[in-house]
This record gives sequence, C-alpha cells and structure tokens, in this order.
Amino acid sequence: MRAIKYLIVGFVFGIVLTKSEAVSWYRIYEMFQFQSFHMYGIIMVAIATGIVGLQIIKRKQLKTHKGDLIQIADKEKGSFRYWIGGLLFGLGWALVGACPGPIFILIGAGFFPVILVLAGALLGTFLYGLIKDKLPH
Amino acid sequence: MEVLFQTWPWYVSGFLIAAIMLTLNYFGKVFGMSSNLRTLCTIVGAGQCADFFKFEWKTQGWNLLVLLGAMVGGYVAVHFMSDPSNVSLNPQTVEQLAQMGIDAPDGKLLPTALFGNGVFASPKTIAILLIGGVLIGFGSRYAGGCTSGHAIAGMSNLQKQSLKAVIGFFVGGLVMSYFILPLIF
Repeated sequence: MRAIKYLIVGFVFGIVLTKSEAVSWYRIYEMFQFQSFHMYGIIMVAIATGIVGLQIIKRKQLKTHKGDLIQIADKEKGSFRYWIGGLLFGLGWALVGACPGPIFILIGAGFFPVILVLAGALLGTFLYGLIKDKLPH
Repeated sequence: MEVLFQTWPWYVSGFLIAAIMLTLNYFGKVFGMSSNLRTLCTIVGAGQCADFFKFEWKTQGWNLLVLLGAMVGGYVAVHFMSDPSNVSLNPQTVEQLAQMGIDAPDGKLLPTALFGNGVFASPKTIAILLIGGVLIGFGSRYAGGCTSGHAIAGMSNLQKQSLKAVIGFFVGGLVMSYFILPLIF
C-alpha cells in the first residue's frame, strides 16, 4: 500500500499531463509564440489552486497521513543560480518541448526518440554535479 | 466518456495538477520531477565522481514510483484515450511550423520532424535532442527545480526564488523560440 499510493499519484499525473497536452512539443511552441492561452491557463489555475490549498494547510495546521504537521521547506536563498539555471532550462524546454516529467511520460507512451533527451538530461545533471562547487549560486 | 478522449480543458488540468501536488504534501512529500534525474545518476554510481550524488537514494524511492506511475499513465492516455481532434493548434502556429518544415499535429502529440523514428538516422536531430536534454538537466539542477518544483510547487508556496527561476525559464524559452529555433529549422 505504501508504494501503490505513489504509483497511483504518478499514474494520474501522467494521464493529466498527456490529456492536457502539456507533454506536447507543439503546445510548448504555441505557448512561447503567445498563440494560445491553453498552457498559460493550466499553469495559472494550478498556481491559484495551489496557493489556496497551501494556505488552508498552513492556517488549519493540517497533518500528513502519518499525523505529522505538513511542512514545506523554503527554497534556498540565492539569485544567480535561479536566473541562470532558469535561463538554461528555458532554452532546453523550448527546444525539445518537454520538461523532466513529460520526458518520462513520453518515453512511457512509446516515443522512443525522447530517450535521447533523457540521456542528455542525465548527462546535464551529472555535469552540474561535477562543477557545482565552481559555480556561483 | 467522449469528453475524456478530447483535449482536457486548461481549468480542469490546472486544478488536477495542483491536486496532485497537494496529495504529495499530504503524504509528507514535495512535488518535483527533476530531482529524479539526480537520483538516477546516483543509482548508476555517479557518487564515485562527485559528492553531489552521494546520498541515500532510497529516500527518493517514492519519487521514482511517481515517475513510474506517470510513464504508465502516459502509455494509457496515448494508446487508449486519444482522439483525432487532439492538439488542435492555432492555425497561425501550424502555418509558421510549415514554413520551418515541421509537420502539423493532426492528432499527434509530437512532430515527426523531431520525434519520428527516422530521427535516429539524422545526426542533426540527434544533436538537437541531446543538447536540449543537457540544457534541461543542467539548468534544472542549477536552478534547483523545474516546471513542477518551481513553477507549480514553488509559486504556490509564494517563493521569491521560484519566481526568479520561472522568469528565467520564460526568458530562455522566448530566446529559443524567437531567435534560435528559426536558425535551426
């Protein structure tokens, strides 16, 4: 049961991202060309719902399924890493039209050329780990 | 049932994505997909090369299960819930793509020009997919998160750092979409 609940959450996530077409290279291109509201709508509704949900969790001090207080850590302080890391990520996102979740969802759906994107993403993550201490954060 | 096969509206999809994030919070976890890339590097032994990969990867096992579930979800959605009406783009977008030599969706999620099985024979396309992947992997780890961790989870939690990252995502995306893609295609 402990494992199954995560598989179910992931399963729903895979279906939602596929059926909303957020995994589609076309939708990402259309978004960056400002030719459709669809992707902006998804992101804005997700954030708005998330803000309301997290405020309720914090104000009512809701607990996890195990009875601990739900706590969400703040992001680490810094600027350079967010601007530059974000910029590099954005270049890749608009080029191959997939962010990390969709990379796996698309491979699962049988789009095998996306394995090349995954290989690149693993390599990029590895490179970051190698030179992390030399980068400004 | 019919409506499940069509493109899901943005207001339903956005709501469900937030519900998924909140469900993970309820399980005491935090929504974020790109950290799985680090976990996978650790599993194949990257810890021997860099301390960044030295951590108990089993603590992230739950996130790998989410990922596995998502892959099955993608399979089911594509193979059993598709409809020819899917991915109906702005006609102007289709025309622009045609000028760049990229095929129209016609119900497909991905263009054949970039993701057809023929790409394995095209060094240029292989390079595009690999370089895009490297930018995604390096950029998301440098920024400490991707679309799920920053744009959805971080922004919902009103994190200033996530706003910086999301602005970075969009600046990078616009530069690629307006200046670099037209040079490549």
